[in-house]
Amino acid sequence: MTGRFFDLTNGKASRRTILKGLAAGAGLAAAPGFVRYAQAQSSAPMRIGFQAHRTGIGAAYGRWYERTTAAAVKAINAAGGINGRPIEVVIEDDGTDAARGAEVVAKLATQHKVDIVYGTLFSNVVVGSAPTAGELKIPYYVVSEGYHVASGKLNRYVFQPGITDVRAQVTSVAPWIAANAGKKITMIFPDYAFGYDHRDYLPPALQKAGAEVVAKIAIPPTESSFTKYFPQIPSDTDAIYHVMVGPAVLTFVKELGDFYGSSGPKLFGFIDSLEAVDINSPGLEYLDGSHFWEGSPRYAQADDTEAQKAYRAAVDIDDNGAAVADAKDVSTAAHMFGCWETLYVIKKAMEDAGYKGPEDRAKLVEATEALTEFAEGPEHPQGKKVFNGKIHQCFGTQNISKLEGGKLKVVHKTAIEDGMYEPEADYTKQSL
Amino acid sequence: MAFGPHLLLATLEGLVTAAVLALTALGLSLVFGVMRIVNVAHGEFFMLGAVLAWAVATALGTHPALGFVAALIVAPLVVGSVALLSERLVLRRLNYDPEATIVATIGLLYIIQQLALSFYGPEARPVTPPFSYRVLLPWFGYSGYKLSVIAASALLLIATWLVLTRTKIGLVMRATQYDREMAQAFAIPVERVYAGVFALGAMLAATAAVLIVPISQAHYLMGQDPLLLSFIVVIIGGLGSLRGTVVAALLIGLSDGIISMFFSPTLAKLIATLAVAMVLVFRPQGLFGTTAR
Repeated sequence: MTGRFFDLTNGKASRRTILKGLAAGAGLAAAPGFVRYAQAQSSAPMRIGFQAHRTGIGAAYGRWYERTTAAAVKAINAAGGINGRPIEVVIEDDGTDAARGAEVVAKLATQHKVDIVYGTLFSNVVVGSAPTAGELKIPYYVVSEGYHVASGKLNRYVFQPGITDVRAQVTSVAPWIAANAGKKITMIFPDYAFGYDHRDYLPPALQKAGAEVVAKIAIPPTESSFTKYFPQIPSDTDAIYHVMVGPAVLTFVKELGDFYGSSGPKLFGFIDSLEAVDINSPGLEYLDGSHFWEGSPRYAQADDTEAQKAYRAAVDIDDNGAAVADAKDVSTAAHMFGCWETLYVIKKAMEDAGYKGPEDRAKLVEATEALTEFAEGPEHPQGKKVFNGKIHQCFGTQNISKLEGGKLKVVHKTAIEDGMYEPEADYTKQSL
Repeated sequence: MAFGPHLLLATLEGLVTAAVLALTALGLSLVFGVMRIVNVAHGEFFMLGAVLAWAVATALGTHPALGFVAALIVAPLVVGSVALLSERLVLRRLNYDPEATIVATIGLLYIIQQLALSFYGPEARPVTPPFSYRVLLPWFGYSGYKLSVIAASALLLIATWLVLTRTKIGLVMRATQYDREMAQAFAIPVERVYAGVFALGAMLAATAAVLIVPISQAHYLMGQDPLLLSFIVVIIGGLGSLRGTVVAALLIGLSDGIISMFFSPTLAKLIATLAVAMVLVFRPQGLFGTTAR
């Protein structure tokens, strides 16, 4: 079309086509987003690049991360934005793929010219993208819960201030498992990084609490049938500890039910694989009465704080943790609060640093590292957090919920100290 | 668990895999055998079958058995029409050129997959099995539905075999496969045979998916594994050979079940891939295939 508008060489351009072209140009200039660049930088929006799992295996999580992000940005902008500037979110899909993740970080930084990159969940994408963020010296705030940030394996530009890591999670819940589920535990976990964090940190934590891991069963992430693994579960197992991210979890539960009937070991699971899945789906009956870790409770609880209620209303989820508009559209409530909280951490750090533009990125990193505590409240509805600037990781409370009557009810909340461990790294020693 | 029951469980699991695999691979094999095109979108027809099964069962919302039976009829028919449409709109316009159709079906794969993501969503959704009888063995329990999948698949395979060998449609299909030009000379409407075979191939994949969906849920990325395994089965069994496809599916399914249970799932995949390499080197036409003419 444009070719025709501006094809003046043959002298056939009529007044009409030129007028059309002019009108199109004017329309473009008047379109939202165009004028902003003409304004002074002081009121130009703060551009946050959102590395989103819109497609691929993480798409269900990605959708809710997007909704939570939109809700938080709306709330922040309504309250005056960051340093008086509104937030503008630029979304790029990474396909939940590590290689594409790195490309997305580069694209957001160099083409979209965003101030920071944020929002990644899947650990493979975080690990794949972090080096690019480090090379481009762009702060990269992830909401991933893997131990990779705190372990010191990434770099100074990567932060995880809005969600706790797996090591802290398993360390917190291990004493409860030993006291309530049993002394002999069989672990079933996915055969990649996220699963290894569980495999490596649960056994020592259980041992401290007087229980032991009697078998560790690693399952390839693409597996679609599980019965063949069940003979490996020792017959004296008191409880099965299961954590598996992937759409096959319903099969896993169903086959476990077929295999054991009503006489099986107790179950303790991480909700991760059942995020965005209706807990009352056919085939999940076998989970009734079992316990789950939840970052933030999916179902509204009797003792919810005002902040928690306001947050649930803002992200548009009902008392069952499903979208208000569609009861079948179940949220990823146990994780997505991390997006909300991370955005408020970014806001705080940018304000502390007096952040104006990309030239202040180093200042922003230092300001984030200087943070120590986030109080419970509208900005941190999941609860109080303690932040360790050396390992770029926050610590918080964990929930253990029991599934009964088709709902998850929180039966135990851990203390922040339960999840603390000796830091193994210090990012602040790396150069900026 | 003792060796005996362990082996029994492994064999049962292997048979379920083999049953579904045989149906899916047969579809792929028919399409290649008759039309000489490699349908990369075959796995997506499988996925589409599962997704439609969920849609039908949910829309009806009646007794699980009724919803399942409806899905078993409707899903393959819809998938067959989609295949027919893509054959008319895409493959025929490319004159069934082998290279062009590979690229075209790759495109088809992405289109179907992304449409499923847009309209169905990223979640894995379950379909209630028509019945939930649990077979109680002395050592472990086993899903009665899984056993019925093996039986249903065997019946469908026999039916397909009867169609291919005992009916006029089968005769026409075999004639086209044997020698396209000669068939045309005998007034066989080759293009209509092609369209029918392409639809039939997709319907077989969709049927397999409807059978498996009460066990393993519908998900928009579920087509990848069946596609890969079908290729393995078809290469080992010999392209276009029904007998070869069934034998290879049993071989791959059982070895996957048994090896992955006693050793490791990775080893099972390794052996399957190695088998493909060996067949390609020593018997390129497959175990039961005839040399290309």
